[in-house]
Amino acid sequence: MSTAGIAGLSPAAVPAGRRRAWPRSALPGLRPTLGLTLLWLSLLVLLPLTGLLLRPWEIGLDGVWRVVTEPRALAALRLSFGAAILAALIDLPLGLLVAWALVRYRFPGRRLLDAMVDLPFALPTAVAGLALVALYAPNGWLGAPLSAIGVQVAYSRAGVVMALIFVGLPFVVRTLEPVLLDLPGEAEEAAATLGATRLQTLRHVVLPAVAPALLTGFSLAFARAVGEYGSVIFIAGNTPMVSEIAPLVIVTRLEQYDYAGAAAIGLTMLACSFLLLLLLNLFGRRLRPRTA
Amino acid sequence: MGDHVPGPALGFTQQPESGAPRRGVAVEVSGLTRQFGAAAALCAVDLAVAPGEFVALLGPSGSGKTTLLRILAGLDFPDSGVVRIGGRDVASVPARQRGVGFVFQHYALFRHMNVFDNVAFGLRMLPRARRPSQAAIRERVRRLLALVQIPELERRYPGQISGGQQQRVALARALAIEPPLLLLDEPFGALDAQVRKGLRRWLRALHDQLGITSLFVTHDQDEAMEMADRIAVMRDGRVAQFDTPAAVLARPADPFVAGFLGDANRLECAVAGGMARFALPGLSPLPAPGVPDGPGLAFARPVEVLASPAGSNGRVVTVRPDARGLRVVVAVGPAELEAVAASDWPAPQRGAACGVQVVSAQVFAA
Repeated sequence: MSTAGIAGLSPAAVPAGRRRAWPRSALPGLRPTLGLTLLWLSLLVLLPLTGLLLRPWEIGLDGVWRVVTEPRALAALRLSFGAAILAALIDLPLGLLVAWALVRYRFPGRRLLDAMVDLPFALPTAVAGLALVALYAPNGWLGAPLSAIGVQVAYSRAGVVMALIFVGLPFVVRTLEPVLLDLPGEAEEAAATLGATRLQTLRHVVLPAVAPALLTGFSLAFARAVGEYGSVIFIAGNTPMVSEIAPLVIVTRLEQYDYAGAAAIGLTMLACSFLLLLLLNLFGRRLRPRTA
Repeated sequence: MGDHVPGPALGFTQQPESGAPRRGVAVEVSGLTRQFGAAAALCAVDLAVAPGEFVALLGPSGSGKTTLLRILAGLDFPDSGVVRIGGRDVASVPARQRGVGFVFQHYALFRHMNVFDNVAFGLRMLPRARRPSQAAIRERVRRLLALVQIPELERRYPGQISGGQQQRVALARALAIEPPLLLLDEPFGALDAQVRKGLRRWLRALHDQLGITSLFVTHDQDEAMEMADRIAVMRDGRVAQFDTPAAVLARPADPFVAGFLGDANRLECAVAGGMARFALPGLSPLPAPGVPDGPGLAFARPVEVLASPAGSNGRVVTVRPDARGLRVVVAVGPAELEAVAASDWPAPQRGAACGVQVVSAQVFAA
């Protein structure tokens, strides 16, 4: 594939007068890399998505509408998106704090903490779910004292949010880390010499600088949380209309061989997620610092 | 990039009455020591700067000059020693309460704020009771931007302006809080030579106009010589000499200062009976009054070493035309010396034999 790229770009190989599709560049390999990218993107992403786009219409437009607006499906969609947004929002300050501690300070056990951040990535989500249940169940370590004061986490919406916070946190931390590393300490020192308190420095100097990364972290944590299945179904209790998430509704329909209905709800989730991520992206453009 | 300073001053409260004598000490450090791990960045430094003075901290990299500046600003802390600013011991005063202006080497502008907001920052961070009104802030920022001669850049972002312009913004931002003391860390380090020369004269004029006390760090001796009232030459965490530019040049305190300033040639010699005899062949002895007998070190600047066609103790290695004549590098025995060609030798050739003499030199006991 490299010969194709080099031959395509070397002037001797291009017959005189042949029109170029794109400007000449000194960097070789555009055609093979772009070609492969489009190929696997089509096979792995576009094809399944097309399936998802086409499948629901087997039951007709009003069939899709009926499936999606069914109270149980609506409640599940509301919970999935609401809990995902809430969890991603909670992940922001938590993740910022963790990333800040990891980047700024050298303390014993830092590497261990650093490695632990990735655990939610590596752990099978079902294991995470079981662990959370053990912790928050009414007889668990945290669940027992919490239920004593009347707070129930496991088998409720709070449990859903709790599980989503857990799986989303590493995304925020890992997105913020390189940005915080890159943040010049001098800007904060400058703020100090200009009379700013720590809080003012954080509010006016640090947060605006990391805002684009916070937004990206939020998007990633949200995207992960919306699609999360394994960890949630164990702790949620899955009571229809109360603590049942949309992915579970989809799985339930699949188990009943209602593929079109499952695809209809899936398509709705896809559309909502895409819209939200698009909005976040557009908003993010306005946060980036301006250069020439 | 002109070197005139426009218009009226900012009405700084610290500006001395015209003709009023400047008394007391603006900055005084004594016994200042700072260790970084095993290495000492500052070693028992003493320094006293008078109000209104413009002082250069000059030295090679790693000599501790930036550390000293950061300690004055409250951005770093000494292991021992006393720092007084305006007579007050500032050991327990955090940076934000020192009211010291600091210009960073790489400007450290807030990249997400435009030029106006950068300059206004210090005023907007004041506690509500002392914060000027919006209109007063706008007025002050505009005056500062006029003072640093970039009023048209108000709405631009740091990423959209040149290095020299960023430098001016950084200066305006530091001056906004009306600091009695201004600290500049390698203020022109990242600028090209042309911009740098213009800014030097301009900054010096600005300093005089505002009547503040300034300390700046540099490793460029021309810069220090041109701008400073006094130069603190630093080496290995100590102040080797603290005096006026003329004095450090004419009477260097030790071999290091002599060698560091003016790119002097370093010559080994033996001192006996007040005369220094050079180790290199063919160089006439020079008087070295007051230097004890024994091995010595002589420092001769290029202009103090003369190469002429009369004689043959040297050989021309390179020739470089200079505004004031011809600079040559000559080989004498095993050494190569920076020298000037004698005025009656218009066209020395590379490789030509020549006579080399040291006309004058600073001699120290080795």
